[in-house]
Amino acid sequence: MLISAFLSVFSVTPASANEPVSTDSTTHVTTGEGHEEEKFSPVNMIMHHISDAHDWHFFDLKGADGELHPVSIPLPVILLTEGNLDVFMSGAFHHGHSDVVKGDRTYRMDHGKIVEASGKKFTDFSITKNVASMFISVILLISLFGAAGSSYKKHGLGAPKGVARILEPLVVYVRDEIAVPNIGEKKYARYMPYLLTAFFFIWINNLLGLFPGGANFTGNIAVTLTLAVFTMIITNVSGTKTYWGHIFKPHVPLWLYPIMIPVEVVGVLSKPFALMIRLFANITAGHIIILSLVSLIFIFKNIALAPVSVGFVLFISCLELLVAALQAYVFTLLSALFIGLALEEPHHEHGAETAHH
Amino acid sequence: MKELIEPSLGLIFWTGISFLILLFLLRKFAWKPILDAVNTREQNITAALATAEKARAEIADLTKENEKLLAEARLEKDRILADAKKTKDSILSEAKTAADAEGKRIIETARLTIETEKQAALTEVKNMVATLSIDVAEKILRRQMENKGEHEAFVKKHLEDIKLN
Repeated sequence: MLISAFLSVFSVTPASANEPVSTDSTTHVTTGEGHEEEKFSPVNMIMHHISDAHDWHFFDLKGADGELHPVSIPLPVILLTEGNLDVFMSGAFHHGHSDVVKGDRTYRMDHGKIVEASGKKFTDFSITKNVASMFISVILLISLFGAAGSSYKKHGLGAPKGVARILEPLVVYVRDEIAVPNIGEKKYARYMPYLLTAFFFIWINNLLGLFPGGANFTGNIAVTLTLAVFTMIITNVSGTKTYWGHIFKPHVPLWLYPIMIPVEVVGVLSKPFALMIRLFANITAGHIIILSLVSLIFIFKNIALAPVSVGFVLFISCLELLVAALQAYVFTLLSALFIGLALEEPHHEHGAETAHH
Repeated sequence: MKELIEPSLGLIFWTGISFLILLFLLRKFAWKPILDAVNTREQNITAALATAEKARAEIADLTKENEKLLAEARLEKDRILADAKKTKDSILSEAKTAADAEGKRIIETARLTIETEKQAALTEVKNMVATLSIDVAEKILRRQMENKGEHEAFVKKHLEDIKLN
């Protein structure tokens, strides 16, 4: 994170500096001399870092011609425009210097966003930096846990061997501290695959986001939205009669129903909404803090500030390691809690109350 | 700033698909084997602990049983020894009593025999004395047969004496 932020400060500077005047992506060129006078914009730099991108950018190199050449991995662009599926590599844009023509469609890279020249609407299914980062996490998860899973076949039921030795306590932790207390001894097993997958998926992606050059995957609202929707679907699909009864037939006098039912329905939606915002905000905030601290050096243009800045960044990075695990835990814990609430069985007290009403 | 809170459809699509595939694959190849192994191991440990506890209790029971048996055996031994001693004593005393009685009986028999023998001997002596006396008397009488009256008076006198006896 530290190095990536440091390197990308240089890389982003030209783009942000040009922004106020650039209308065409082709003017996206900066000379070495112009660089000196340009004002560093931390907001643009930070936004670039926490947003998704069509290529995996590492740093810029100043070429022999004195121009800055971005060093990045091109990623596949997949666009669905009016029934046509256009697939090409993002390198074809040459970092915004050239347009890509596919049939009657001309795509242009405008400040990291793809636009169609004639204003045609399209849906972007590109393998962006976040998607690529997620694929890496998926491969990591499958290889790590696949190895752990198969190690039991090899070594039997003895003490866990190899990678299982590290992962088994975590799996047991999710079971004993998250699933069982919130869902209950009887029904937790059905939800274990989802809770475990969510926990490790979020955690490993949080950690990958802390790597230098890493993507801000779990700090993207689309990702947290998807995960929160999964929790919402599982919660409501598992909802018992009692759970739905609480929403549509609350134990309140009838005249309160017009207030209570909307409140309960909002409650159904606000739970996953809170999940979505919490993870998104925590991870994005962490990235922003680190990037801001690095930006201080460039705002004050003073190398003497660097040790202070780096010290703070190191401290926050350690904190972020904790937050990475903590947010995965919180997301999983709340998911389990919501599922547990949806699974509630009628209590006898409630039954007695209804009888009185 | 707007793009930060504007979810992109493509990312939702890929995240959703990947997460579902991940969920499916991990459930099959990781969560199931890991949780099965962990659960089975926990059950085994619980069972093993219960078995160990049971074995311990059994051993304790056995020890108690052994001690009880030992104590019983000791009591039995003591009882048998006491019985034997009592039996010995009674046999001894019985034998003594029997021996005493037998001795007495033998002595009595001997006494009776002696008495009988004594009587027989006395009778014999008496007879012999009588015979001898008669012989003597006869001899004397043979010599004095001439005096018949005297003789008869003498016999008479002797007969009377014998009767008195």
